This record gives sequence, structure tokens and C-alpha cells, in this order.
Amino acid sequence: MSKVSNVKVLFNGIIKENPVFVLLLGMCPTLGTTSSAINGLSMGLATTFVLVASNVVIALIKNIIPDKVRIPAFIVVIATFVTMVEMAMQAYLPALYESLGLFIPLIVVNCIVLGRAEAYAAKNTVFSSMFDGLGMGLGFSMALTLLGATRELLGTGKVFSLSVFPENYGMLLFVLAPGAFIALGYLIAVFNKLRKA
Amino acid sequence: MTYILIFISAVFVNNIVLSQFLGICPFLGVSKKIETALGMSGAVAFVMTIATLITYIIQKTVLEPFGIGFLQTITFILIIAALVQMVEIILKKVSPALYQALGVFLPLITTNCAILGVAIMVIQKDLSMLESVVFAISTAIGFGLALILFAGIREQLSMVKLPKAMEGTPTALLTAGLLAMAFMGFAGIV
Repeated sequence: MSKVSNVKVLFNGIIKENPVFVLLLGMCPTLGTTSSAINGLSMGLATTFVLVASNVVIALIKNIIPDKVRIPAFIVVIATFVTMVEMAMQAYLPALYESLGLFIPLIVVNCIVLGRAEAYAAKNTVFSSMFDGLGMGLGFSMALTLLGATRELLGTGKVFSLSVFPENYGMLLFVLAPGAFIALGYLIAVFNKLRKA
Repeated sequence: MTYILIFISAVFVNNIVLSQFLGICPFLGVSKKIETALGMSGAVAFVMTIATLITYIIQKTVLEPFGIGFLQTITFILIIAALVQMVEIILKKVSPALYQALGVFLPLITTNCAILGVAIMVIQKDLSMLESVVFAISTAIGFGLALILFAGIREQLSMVKLPKAMEGTPTALLTAGLLAMAFMGFAGIV
């Protein structure tokens, strides 16, 4: 595997097959954890870790897993890493753990993670699987940060807790549930438009 | 009275899809026709109730007494995956008609985060066994309500001419946003 193609694999996940904007996978955490840019970014990074680690392990053990039980085996590998992230976050970042809440254990059922394991890591080398996981994870993080920043800006006039708009600005709707759907809808439309152009 | 409150809160106030953001994938994926929406809702209600009951029993009889609560995520997802397979096999044998109606949706349910979400939520909320079952059934009804309403709107919407970039998912998401806004009206009744 040459260097050039690994870079290609990396960027494939970030732009061409962006998991959120193009593949429309992992919608639950995308909508649920993006009430602010920092929450979106942390969720993205947690998912990236799980993606890279599980892709590497699955690519390593793909030859010893019988084909019939491969999905449960993948799920166990993924759940192991999710539990690790969950415990580490609870220990070192308790405030963040509180605000992301239920969505941390739910990384297990994020379709992107299982999807990449099945579609990529089960067929490719360890090294390129790592890049695929990293690319997909970064694409996911980018999308979540963008959505989080948009919602935070429109909702409270801040980005990463730094004020952008005047102090008395506020449109709570965008921090609440409906705003998540509406903001993501328009972001996907913009992404569609840019991709076609 | 508690059960009625749990029911109203789970169906309307804290609707699983429109205010908790769980189960969005099937919500967007199988909501193009009312018929498929009904099938999916039925399958989810069925699996969610059984899964919550079984994971609750495992949590209380195995995980807690042995102090291995950190294995919760792994255990629950494996139970749900196994359960979905089992339900599929049993349904095929016992009730072919029901299997025909729900069959295609069953494999999709393993990765429906609403199922695992509810199983974990009842443990976090510290509900009793009966309350958990009521909560699971109500949540499933809330899911079904949102899905069927949404499918109804989308059926109408498919006849409208839209700008190219807005076709499909973007419009679906905007519609979901408006629906979520409508459901916000229920806030505060419990």
C-alpha cells in the first residue's frame, strides 16, 4: 500500500464520503450532542477513537473469525472500546461525561462504526483500515463541530463559548430539539449544492 | 397514576425521536410510506418491550450482585442482538403472517439506538420492573406516533417540486424540525 493511496483513503472519509453529510449515517449522536461546538467536537473525537481502534483490531483478527459470527464478534470489539472511552471520560472529564450522557454508550450502535468494520476493515490491511477509521472519524468530527458551532452561534451568539454577537442576542430554538433538525437540514442542502457545483 | 404519567411523558413530552434524538435512522429511512412506517413501529414496539424486560432482569440479577456494572454496554448490546435473532426465528415458525409484516425490519433493529437507549435509560432512572415495561411500551408508542405522522407528511411532500439541493433528506429534516416544534407544545403538561 503506497503512501498516496492512504492519503486518498483518509480524505475519502473527510469529504467525498463524509459520514454525516453524504452517507447520512450516525444521525442520532449528530443531532443529540451538538447543542454546542465543544460537545460536538468531543463526541466526534470519542467516536474517532473507537473507529480507529476497532478498525485496527478487526483488520488484525479478520482471518480468525468464522464468517457466520463475524457481526457479533465485531460488536464485542466495538463495545470493548466504547466501554474504555466511557470509563476514561467518566474518570478524567466528568463534566463532559454528564453533558454527553447516554450518547457515549450509544457509540456502540452508531452505524458508522459497524458499517466501516464490515465494509472496510474486514477486507483491507491493518494500515489502510487505520487510515479509513481516521478519515471517517475526522469527517464525522468535522460535521459535528460544524453543526454544533452553527447551532451555538444561532442559538446563543457564541462559538466555543466566545461571544460573537451582542450580549443580548439569543434564539433558544436552535439549542433545543427542533433547531437541530432544521440546522442539519440546511447544512446538508448547502453541502449538496457545493458538491454538485 | 405513576404509570399514566410515565405514559404521557414518554409519548408526548419526551418523545424518543423528536426530543431525545434516538432512533433517527429508521425515522428517516423507513418513513416514505405509511405502511412501512406501521410495520417498523410494530417491530420496534415488540423488540423494545422484550429487550427492556430482559436487560432489566440481567442488570438486577447478574450485573449488580456481582459488581460488574461496567460490562453493561457489552452485555446489553449482545442481549439485544441475540434477542432480535431469536424473535426472528420464533416469529417465522409461530406466526408466518406477523413475520411477513415485520420480517424485513427485524435485522435493522439491532442497530436502532432507541432500543439500547431505553434499556440503559430505565436503569439510570432507577425504575421498578413494571415501570420499566410501561416506559418501554410508551416509548415505542411515541416512536410509532412520530414515525407515522412523519410518513404521512412525507407522502404528501413527495408531490411537491423542490429545489435540487433540498430534495430528499434536507426537506425531511426540516419537516422533522417542524414536527419537533409542534411536540414542544406538550412541554410542561406533566
